[in-house]
Amino acid sequence: MLGEGILKGLAETAKNFAGSFVSEERLTTVEYPEQRLPQIENTRDFPFLVYDGDDAMAGLRCVSCQICEKECPPKCIYITKSADKKPDYVGKAQFYPTRFDIDVSVCMSCQICVEVCPFEAIKMDTEFELSTEDRFGGLILDRHKLAKSNEYYHQIHPTEAAEVDARLAEEKAKVEAKAKAAAEAAAAKAAADAAAKGTADATAKAAESAAKSAEGQA
Amino acid sequence: MKSAAELLDELQGAMPGVKLALATNPSPSAQHSLVVAAEDALRVAVYLRDVAGYDYCSNATGVDWLDKETTEKVKTTRRVKKEVDGVEQEVDETVEETVKRVEPGCLEAVYHLYSMRQGPHDPHPPLVLRMRTANRTDRVELPSLSPVWRAAEFQEREIFDLYGIVFKGHRDLRRLLMWDEFEDHPMRRDYVDPDDFEYEPTPHDEVLKRAEEHRAKLAAEGAR
Amino acid sequence: MTTAEMKSGIDSGIKSYLPPVIEVEAENELLEVAMGPHHPSTHGVFRMDVALDGERVVRLKPVFGYLHRNHEKLAEGTTYLASMPYTDRLDYFCSMTNNWAYALAVEKLAGLEVPERAEYIRVITAELTRVQNHASAIGFLMQEMGASGTPLMYAFREREKILDLFEALSGSRMMCNYMRFGGCRVDLPEGWLERTKKIVAELPRFIDEMEALLTGNEILMARAQGVGVLSPELAVNAGVTGVMLRATGVNYDVRKVDHYGIYDRFSFRVPLGEHGDIYDRYMLRVLEMRESVKILEQALPQIPDGPILDPKSKPRGFRPKPGEAYGRIEAPKGELGFYLISDGSGNPYRYRVRPPSLINLTILEDMCLGQNVADVVLIFGSVDIVLGEVDR
Repeated sequence: MLGEGILKGLAETAKNFAGSFVSEERLTTVEYPEQRLPQIENTRDFPFLVYDGDDAMAGLRCVSCQICEKECPPKCIYITKSADKKPDYVGKAQFYPTRFDIDVSVCMSCQICVEVCPFEAIKMDTEFELSTEDRFGGLILDRHKLAKSNEYYHQIHPTEAAEVDARLAEEKAKVEAKAKAAAEAAAAKAAADAAAKGTADATAKAAESAAKSAEGQA
Repeated sequence: MKSAAELLDELQGAMPGVKLALATNPSPSAQHSLVVAAEDALRVAVYLRDVAGYDYCSNATGVDWLDKETTEKVKTTRRVKKEVDGVEQEVDETVEETVKRVEPGCLEAVYHLYSMRQGPHDPHPPLVLRMRTANRTDRVELPSLSPVWRAAEFQEREIFDLYGIVFKGHRDLRRLLMWDEFEDHPMRRDYVDPDDFEYEPTPHDEVLKRAEEHRAKLAAEGAR
Repeated sequence: MTTAEMKSGIDSGIKSYLPPVIEVEAENELLEVAMGPHHPSTHGVFRMDVALDGERVVRLKPVFGYLHRNHEKLAEGTTYLASMPYTDRLDYFCSMTNNWAYALAVEKLAGLEVPERAEYIRVITAELTRVQNHASAIGFLMQEMGASGTPLMYAFREREKILDLFEALSGSRMMCNYMRFGGCRVDLPEGWLERTKKIVAELPRFIDEMEALLTGNEILMARAQGVGVLSPELAVNAGVTGVMLRATGVNYDVRKVDHYGIYDRFSFRVPLGEHGDIYDRYMLRVLEMRESVKILEQALPQIPDGPILDPKSKPRGFRPKPGEAYGRIEAPKGELGFYLISDGSGNPYRYRVRPPSLINLTILEDMCLGQNVADVVLIFGSVDIVLGEVDR
């Protein structure tokens, strides 16, 4: 019969229309921004810098190695390296960024900066409501705006952050164990030397060298 | 399907005097290619399509090979007249010279051919067919293979647009992606971007250089 | 230019496949219409310069390049890895398959091995991509036919579920940037397989619904059957691939031909058309969705544990040995190929995308000549293109 297909199709739409009043599954839209969908854990949009501790600028993990700047496909990261060094989370003196800008209007959220970063310093945020009237002021995030605490990172990506923390703790433990072993070996050697020579002077020297080697190992 | 080397023999047997060469590919993919001279390209292509069964041209593209300047030390032996012990003799003399050689670059059109006729039972690597222009500047003409494989029609237009290879016998050779008034060929390796400065807050490399030049120019104009 | 003129330029013995030349009685009475660049039927910016004799199309020239950004040149100036996110933006409906095609070409170039688990993940994501692409393609086709909204919204409702899966897996809904050379970036998150199984189990119901809505519809039949017919000989010669080719009855599916990935482990059929018209293309998309569901049903329970990345692959300092490789896969739109030449440095010397969308448009003129102008919109829609890939 001509028109049968059309009627069948209309029955299907009617079913969906009526169904949307009773079944949640058929009513798929939400009233954004009043209503929001729950965040999916792996969601990424723009990068941010992770810091440890309370002081954002002192605790930045970034050592200004500029790998992300080089690898960034649309070249939206701009870093200036510091002249001096400050200690990082394992206590080793490192450079830090005096300027770290990300132009989020150019950023394409590809996550390559996160992948190439050897220091777990840059991660992906989930904040997406960034619209602003000012293209150059509002969309270029400097290091103050980019810095977010490790706790925040745990909040948005709990699984990933736990993995990262475990990895960093392991690394730190390894470094400390190595330093300790080196210090002990040096101290033992120095003690043996001191015993042989019998001078009090040598013990002080050994302690100094042990400290030095520990620093060097770190 | 036959390998590129076997096809080379077959083609040379079927068309005596055809100018063909095998270009080997050292990568793990081992997709070797046939380099065909421009004047023989059309009849080789027709043979490949109608006899060898390569009825499907998957990909056609251009490659730009710049002029390569190589310097190498060459030992040459010459016969030199020399006085040895007061008697004039001809002696072999070996001289080491640094030779600067410029390998002329070329534009290359590359075609990847498959066979649809063979169907799904015979997986085979693509047959890569290459043609080279005489140089990169004025002798950039190649025969169009789009009469043989229509699939090359838009792709050859694209090569013409981006590399500047002129395909003779193409039914409608116009720019494909750039606008008609555009002059250069942007995919060439020595293409220089037009000097249109655009402010960028996070400049790098060349953009940074250009931004600095632009700023200097502005400052000079301001001083004046 | 007529056929005769064209033939004079070349060796006249060659059998060429050219569009028909339509005789016009009064050349100066033709109406020239520029369809596009902004037009309801174009899914992006694309223009057709059409000459009309009454309602009949007598000439048609597609004009490209409105979205051209020279993706290939960008890729030559950057590392291999940095081009991966750009491939997402070629055919932005199917970023997973784009990623796969590029990764496949690089793996051929550098000789990387893909672990088994990663191969399974690739098949699963690619088939999910195919389902959502075909569903939306049908939706867009109906939109162009005048069925504003309903089929497209039904398709998007399903697509949304699949995109949520992609977001849970890769972090992004459309720009996945998920595959890496020699595997995938991250492992499946917890509970992802179960959710996917649930969604895949519901897909046949959705396809049935779509078919109940459309397949027997008289308006669709009247407008699609016998319109935009393509012959198999022309389709093969013009390098048309994907659904467009198989609708003409040519049995050519790269999944079956190349056995890339692990497709030879799954049993699925390649649906073929008979007439090569718009209706066949519609029907084939429906059938391919069903076959994709079949593959997914086989792949999801089989997926093994193990690593997901070749240990030889590394994010920084990737330098393949000199050489070249061409890798291709069966993307939802057709055969997507990547051609790479390495000179041993960190950047590719030549990087080429073989865009199925562009090459499938080669025969647009042939299909439209002699048809009514209203059908041009439909024929163009049935090709299923994305301008991001056409113009690159």
